[in-house]
Amino acid sequence: MSEFFILTQEIRKKADQICTNYPVKRAATLPVMRLVQEYYGAISREAELELAEYFNIPPADIRELMTFYTLFYSKPKGKCHIQICRTLSCALRGAEDLVHYLENKLGIKTGETTTDNQFSLDHAECLGACEIAPMAQINKEFVGPLTKAKLSQILKQNYAGIAD
Amino acid sequence: MPGLRINMEKLISRFFDLQDADTLSLYRKEGGYAAAKRALDLKPAAIEEEVKRSNLRGLGGAGFGCGMKWSFVPRNTGKPIYLVVNADEGEPGTFKDKYIMTYVPHLLLEGIIIASWAVGIHKAYIYIRGEYELPYLKLKAAVDEAYQAGLLGKNILGSSFDLDVVIHRGAGAYICGEETGLLESLEGKKGFPRLKPPFPAVVGLFGCPTVINNVETLSYLPFIVKSGGDWFAKLGSEKNGGLRLFSVSGHVENPGVYELSMGVTLREIIYQHAGGIRDGKKLKAVVPGGLSAAILTPNEIDVKMDFDSLKAIGSMGGSAGVIVMDETASMVEALRITMQFFAHESCGQCTPCREGTGWIYRILNRIVRGKGRLEDLDHLIDIGNYLGGTTICALADGAQMTFLSYLKKFRGEFEQFIRKSHLKENYANT
Repeated sequence: MSEFFILTQEIRKKADQICTNYPVKRAATLPVMRLVQEYYGAISREAELELAEYFNIPPADIRELMTFYTLFYSKPKGKCHIQICRTLSCALRGAEDLVHYLENKLGIKTGETTTDNQFSLDHAECLGACEIAPMAQINKEFVGPLTKAKLSQILKQNYAGIAD
Repeated sequence: MPGLRINMEKLISRFFDLQDADTLSLYRKEGGYAAAKRALDLKPAAIEEEVKRSNLRGLGGAGFGCGMKWSFVPRNTGKPIYLVVNADEGEPGTFKDKYIMTYVPHLLLEGIIIASWAVGIHKAYIYIRGEYELPYLKLKAAVDEAYQAGLLGKNILGSSFDLDVVIHRGAGAYICGEETGLLESLEGKKGFPRLKPPFPAVVGLFGCPTVINNVETLSYLPFIVKSGGDWFAKLGSEKNGGLRLFSVSGHVENPGVYELSMGVTLREIIYQHAGGIRDGKKLKAVVPGGLSAAILTPNEIDVKMDFDSLKAIGSMGGSAGVIVMDETASMVEALRITMQFFAHESCGQCTPCREGTGWIYRILNRIVRGKGRLEDLDHLIDIGNYLGGTTICALADGAQMTFLSYLKKFRGEFEQFIRKSHLKENYANT
C-alpha cells in the first residue's frame, strides 16, 4: 500500500463517506474527484495517481475522466474564473462581443489565465440560463444579462486593479 | 394584453412566484406531500394506471409515455430497482428544471416518492449537471429537510416504505443527459451511451432494472395523484397530457419559463406569453424544442407544441426550449454556432458523429470566414445525410435534424452569403 500525500486522511475520510452512497466504489469517482479539486483547485498528475490507487483502478481510467469531463482541471484557474456561454441563445444576444471585450481588457485569449493568476477566461457551452442571455458563469455564480458596462463594473467591484 | 386568450392555469410554476417555496414549511402549508401520503395508501398498480391515463410524456425530450416506461420494468428479478432522476439539463435553450430545483425542490422529491412507491424502488439517484450550483444547494437542503422530517429514509410518512435519495453531481458533458450515457457516468465512467437493447428498464444502473425520469416529468406526478389522470390529460392535447414548462429565449421581449398546455401554439408562446419579438422586429426563425430540433419558419408557427404535432411537421417537441430569432439573425452564423456545439459535445464513440459534426463545423467556419464555395452546400448535405441512424445514441440524429433543416429552409441565404464573400474577395483583389 503506497502512501497518500494529496489525498490526506481528511479527504479520504470524506471520500469514504461518499462511497457509502453507491453499491460499487467506482461510482464515487466523479464526486471524489470534485472533492479533491475543491481542496486544491485542480487535479494534478500526482493526484490522479493517488485517486487511481484509492479506487483501485488503472491511472488511465482517471486520466480518461479528466479529459472527458470539462469541469476537471489539471492546473488551477485564476482567482476569478469567467466562463462566457457561447451557445445560440447567448450568441444571439451578443456573447461574442463580450468575449472580445474581455480578451482586450484582460490581455489574454480565451482559454488562458493572466500571469498574476487573477483571471481565467473560458468559453462554455449552454449553461442553462438562456433567460438571462448573454450570460457567464463567474466562479460559481451565474451572471446576466451582461453588457460591457456591467462586466466592467463587476470586475472592478470585485477585483481591484482592473483598468477601464 | 386584453382580449387575448391566455391559459391562466399553473401547476408547477405557481410555486416559482411564491416566497420561500423552497422550504419544507411553506411547501407543506401549500398542501405539499399530501399527494405522496395519498399515494402510499394506494396500490402501486393503481398509480401506474392513473399515470397512463394522464398521458404524461417524458418531458426531458424523448416524449415517451411515463406510465408505459414504468410498465417495462421487471419487478421480480431479485435485484434492486433504481430510480435515476435526469437533472442533467443541457439541451441548449432549456432551463426549466433549474427553476424546479431552485424554487420548489420538494415538489421533485414528492414526485420521486410517488414514482418510487409505484415501481417498488428504494434508492433514487438525482444526477444534476455539475454547473448548477444554486439548484444543487437548494436541492441538497430540501433532501436534508426531508430526511429530518421523515419524508425520506425509513418508514416514510409513517408507512412501511423506505426510500433513500442521493444527489450525484455531473462534471460537464452534454452527452450525460442521454439516459444511457448518464448511467455510465453515474457508474463512474466516461459518458459513452450504451447500445440498446437491453433497455435501462431491464438492465440499467449497476446492471439492475432502472427507471430514468426527467425532473419535470416527476414533478407533475403529485398533481396527477391529487386530481387524477383524466383531469391531467384534458389539460393537454390528444395523447399529450397536461401542461409543460416552455423555456423561451433569444430575441423575445420577455425570455423566461412559461407553463402552458401542450396544445398551445408556437405563435401564442412567442406573441402572447413571451411579449413578442424584441424592439418590434420581425420573426425570422425559431427553434421549437431545444437546439436539436429542426428550425421553423414564420409560416410554421401555428403548430401545436405537443410532441406529435411537431413531429408531424418534421421537427420535435424535445425539451421545449424555444429559441427565437428575429430578422437581424444570420442563419449562417446560427448554424455555425449550432454545429460548433454538437462537434464539441459529440462524445467521440461513433465515427459518423465524431467525424461528421466536426467536419461540418469546419466547413461552416470556413464559409463564415468568407472562404465558402457554392459546392460546399451540397457537400454539407451529403455529410449530413450520413449523420442520422448510423450511431448508438440520438445526438447525431438531433444534429442532423437541425442541420439539414437550416440548409433546406434557408438555402438562399447561405448561397447569398457565399456569393457576397466572393464579391468582396474579388473587389479586394482588384
